[in-house]
Amino acid sequence: MSSPDLATERRPGPGLDLLGSELSVLFRRRRTWAMLAAVALIPILLAVAVRLTASELDPGEGPPFLDRVTQNGLFVSFTATVVAIPLFLPLTIGVVAGDTIAGEAGLGTLRYLLVSPAGRLRLLLVKYTGAAAFCLAATLTLVVVGAVIGALLFPVGPVTLLSGETIGVAESVLRSLLVAAYVTVSLLGLCAIGLFISTLTTVPVGAMAATVVVSVVSQILGALPQLEWLHPWLFTQHWLGFAGLLSQPADLSAFGSNALLQTGYIAVFFALAYSRFATKDVLS
Amino acid sequence: MTAAATADLAIETRGLTKRFRTQTAVNAIDLAVPRGSVFGFLGPNGSGKTTSIRMLLGLVTPTDGEIQLLGQSMPNKLREVLPRVGALVEGPAFYPFLSGEANLHRFDTADRHASRRTRTGRVAEALERVGLTNAASKKAGAYSLGMKQRLGIANALLSPRDLLVLDEPTNGLDPQGTREVRHLVRSFAAEGTTVFVSSHLLAEVEQMCTHAAIMSAGSIVAQGSLDDLRGAGESHVRVRTPDVTTTESVLARFGLIPTRSSHSDSHTEVTALLPHTSELDPDRILPALLEAGVRVRGYGIEEASLEERFVALTGEGFDVLS
Repeated sequence: MSSPDLATERRPGPGLDLLGSELSVLFRRRRTWAMLAAVALIPILLAVAVRLTASELDPGEGPPFLDRVTQNGLFVSFTATVVAIPLFLPLTIGVVAGDTIAGEAGLGTLRYLLVSPAGRLRLLLVKYTGAAAFCLAATLTLVVVGAVIGALLFPVGPVTLLSGETIGVAESVLRSLLVAAYVTVSLLGLCAIGLFISTLTTVPVGAMAATVVVSVVSQILGALPQLEWLHPWLFTQHWLGFAGLLSQPADLSAFGSNALLQTGYIAVFFALAYSRFATKDVLS
Repeated sequence: MTAAATADLAIETRGLTKRFRTQTAVNAIDLAVPRGSVFGFLGPNGSGKTTSIRMLLGLVTPTDGEIQLLGQSMPNKLREVLPRVGALVEGPAFYPFLSGEANLHRFDTADRHASRRTRTGRVAEALERVGLTNAASKKAGAYSLGMKQRLGIANALLSPRDLLVLDEPTNGLDPQGTREVRHLVRSFAAEGTTVFVSSHLLAEVEQMCTHAAIMSAGSIVAQGSLDDLRGAGESHVRVRTPDVTTTESVLARFGLIPTRSSHSDSHTEVTALLPHTSELDPDRILPALLEAGVRVRGYGIEEASLEERFVALTGEGFDVLS
């Protein structure tokens, strides 16, 4: 125990263990599973409700794609995604992203991670990656559960796209995954905002609520035509813009501009989070 | 301070200061913790101990001053130094939904120097050392306060350390647990690890430590080996006698200022402070008293205890000074 050089002789590893630990802690929490279960309930409730009422919907009635669900179960995924994007997904992302630093500070574990030493930048990167992984998990849950329940309750067959063409089941699965990727990317900007807010407080609930509020406010601003000049800069601007992915051939331009916008938000808010966290006095 | 002297110090601070807005929590402290010592960091609650410790460990940025930890500058060399330092800061903290063992795994992954290969073994060893092997798979949220404290100490022992910083390690422990912690601290010292232990309990420091610093209202008011600290205190001469007036006049002849306190009718005590600086040889007092015909029923020269020293330096109360 006394050898003064023992610790320094060991070469530092790449530091991926902390990421592994972060993911395992995140996905070992009952809260995470409860949120994923709630996410899974959306397509299930939606499909069951449509199946039970049985009455034909007029085209365009209800949420987008809802009228097509009875003809093709694969549309459950898309409808559930559209329903979950404005509030439900931001809510779960707010919980995870708002908890990143504030949660550790609230438990007091932040100081022990830092004296280990985790390194402040590394900790932020690991925390952000964990939250992004949750985004992907939530979106995949939505799409996969939607497809499974849709296949169980409704006929499955070639999908007629918005542009009128028909694609096979295999390709429609691919399109579903593309939508999942799009929605995940959409949420990454919000994740970075949540991470930043999380560095400002030691009360995780406050950071969670603030993150959700930011996403709601952004959507409200996006709905005001008077603020049209602002709309291209809102991180929620492209949230529902994945219709292009469902045309033939797939229109990826929205994907590109969305990814660019989210990258900008990630860069700005990660930088803010780092500048705040790097010199912050950890008193919790 | 010369380079050689610096190398012998596990912790050295110069003018270390922390101000929070208007309040000065730590005011220009110069700590010098010798390597291999068990160093008690003593002070009432709110005297700035924990803020100082947070600065030593790079959690709080000093407003002013320098820190050398194991001979390297903090917080610049944080990444090189901290893997060699085990710490318990302001009580243990854990993920309540993880087992004790999983908690230690988690913290160990944060240290890039800690090898994955040996992790399970090191965690088991640390748990064994603090006597938590049987509770390893129990959720940390279900631990008692004492068990959490032990788990916190186990966390500080995950890797071989050159320095252990333990902030109030016996908080919340029962007398048995306190004894065990004391025993642990001594065993770390025996292995050559420097132990820096903060406490507001004087008896604890007296029993565990070789050196100490006393903090009061953000400043260090005394520092050194325990013997030095005790020696720097004042001693008293105490005489128990029925002949109070004669005693007082004899003591006055030595230039002392006697005070009397009667405990009962037959027992009156006369005490006088022996000034540190005087040329007075205390051994001449008793013969002089006897010569004057004083019936001496009790006599003693009492060295100041560390407690008296502590109280004298920090001001009696436990007031939080702001």
